[in-house]
Amino acid sequence: MNHLPQAWGRPRDDIYGAYNHSHLAPGQPTTHTKSPIVTGTSVIALKFRDGVVIAADNLASYGSLARFTDVKRLRKFNDKAVLGFGGDVSDMQYLDRHLNALAVRENYSSGSGAGEKASSTSAEASEEERAESLDNEGAGTGMAANNLHKYLQKLLYRRRSDFNPLWNHILIAGLSTPDPKVPDATPQPFLKSVDLLGTAFGAPSLATGFGAHLAQPILRRVVPDEEAVKKIDEKTAVEAVRECMKVLWYRDARSLDRYSLAIVTGEGVRLSEDERVEGQSWEFAEGIRGYGTQVV
Amino acid sequence: MAAIFTGAPPNSGPGYSFTQTPAPTSASEPRQHAFYPYTDNGGSTLGISSSNFTILAGDTRSTSGYNINTRYAPKLFHIDSADPSSRLVLSVVGFAADGEALAERLDTVVKMYRYQHGKTISVGAAAQRLSHVLYGKRFFPYYVHAILGGLDEEGKGALYSYDPVGSYEREQCRAAGAAASLIMPFLDNQVNYKNQYVAGSGVGHELQQRDPRPLERKEVEELVRDAFTSAVERHIEVGDGLQMMVITKEGVEEVYRELKKD
Repeated sequence: MNHLPQAWGRPRDDIYGAYNHSHLAPGQPTTHTKSPIVTGTSVIALKFRDGVVIAADNLASYGSLARFTDVKRLRKFNDKAVLGFGGDVSDMQYLDRHLNALAVRENYSSGSGAGEKASSTSAEASEEERAESLDNEGAGTGMAANNLHKYLQKLLYRRRSDFNPLWNHILIAGLSTPDPKVPDATPQPFLKSVDLLGTAFGAPSLATGFGAHLAQPILRRVVPDEEAVKKIDEKTAVEAVRECMKVLWYRDARSLDRYSLAIVTGEGVRLSEDERVEGQSWEFAEGIRGYGTQVV
Repeated sequence: MAAIFTGAPPNSGPGYSFTQTPAPTSASEPRQHAFYPYTDNGGSTLGISSSNFTILAGDTRSTSGYNINTRYAPKLFHIDSADPSSRLVLSVVGFAADGEALAERLDTVVKMYRYQHGKTISVGAAAQRLSHVLYGKRFFPYYVHAILGGLDEEGKGALYSYDPVGSYEREQCRAAGAAASLIMPFLDNQVNYKNQYVAGSGVGHELQQRDPRPLERKEVEELVRDAFTSAVERHIEVGDGLQMMVITKEGVEEVYRELKKD
């Protein structure tokens, strides 16, 4: 406290800097997110014969500070689609709310007796159970992963065109709608990404953020192309993803050893949010020379 | 992050009181936008037209910086493929998100033309419309180099190339994208026979330029493959796969070939 009462209770200029009036100036152009604040690091995903496996750690960083260590960055949309969010966490939460509303709308409009079921739900049924029943209703008719991907691509591209981007890189994993031109077609494993500019692409394996450097080469050895996808099973795919999460934990300074992992197959979504990096061995660190504290 | 910490404490200033600290009292300095809405996804495209067909081609690699996003991201779009008499193919290279948006815009435009006029749009009309679509976003352009291919009213191969703001021109051949500067001179020489002269026609002004002729489909396909295998050797953003679309009066035929994945 100083001798100037009008300064009391205000952020101290010597610590926080003078108040920048341009932040609250009327008549100024509206300004938007210029950079992400609380961020999530890599999301990695891999297609296999009958589905997709996707993983992301449970950390939300504030710059280099590991700020929130129990943030779930995988989100189940319905029985056919899981999203993995990299980038800004508040934008992720905004999208989460937005997609909740979308899922509810979709479940009402996509029929299959959603209305009947909802009315028969007893008044005592918990909010969670109701959400669960909504989830399952959408399984037959609702948006598949490819529909959801297109929706998010349009949304993010629109937002970047408005100069108000949602600062995320999202992986969409799940099952696609069967090709209408092929008779007896079954839902196929689907994996695509969309980023804050609306750039969208798919591949047998995908990784955002640091994972694009560290995990993608490992995953590409497992599934170099779509042919290889048909040959590998769930066990191999999950093992590869777990191995990548370990590599990321070893080498990505903004990562965590607790992560979420989801497997989407024809049977539905298995989402586990308290996985741990098992079998760690830091012996390799001994041999590292040439940078950091070891210079010789 | 930066947004929070850029209001750095005035270490040398008087400090302590906000009334005594020299502060921007009004919205004087414009605050800068750090968000840049474009990116370059690399890759290259080319188109060659001849007497009765047009071939468009593009590699399928998508990059961001030194990373490969995917080995299969098509840059060629068959416009209004629902219409069996459609002979329009658009290739886009540059910023992939804009490219896809542009392809979808043109697709709806061509569809609307068909619904409203009850006939398939001509390439000339589609080409001019595409120019207008691009020019319409003159001040926030689609960051793409587009090439539109089709068959004109006489059944001849038609090829139009564009800049990002809609300047366009009908040409025999055009290369665009990352390796355009590598491929275009090759095309000039091999399609339009630039710097090729009739043997023994003399020296200096006597020298006779070799006359270009319409190429065969097989020849063109070989030229396209050669152009891309060479570009792959010398440009890191080109590779993985080659997508070709051959437009003839029979229809639009898609051909895919592997390229080096290094």
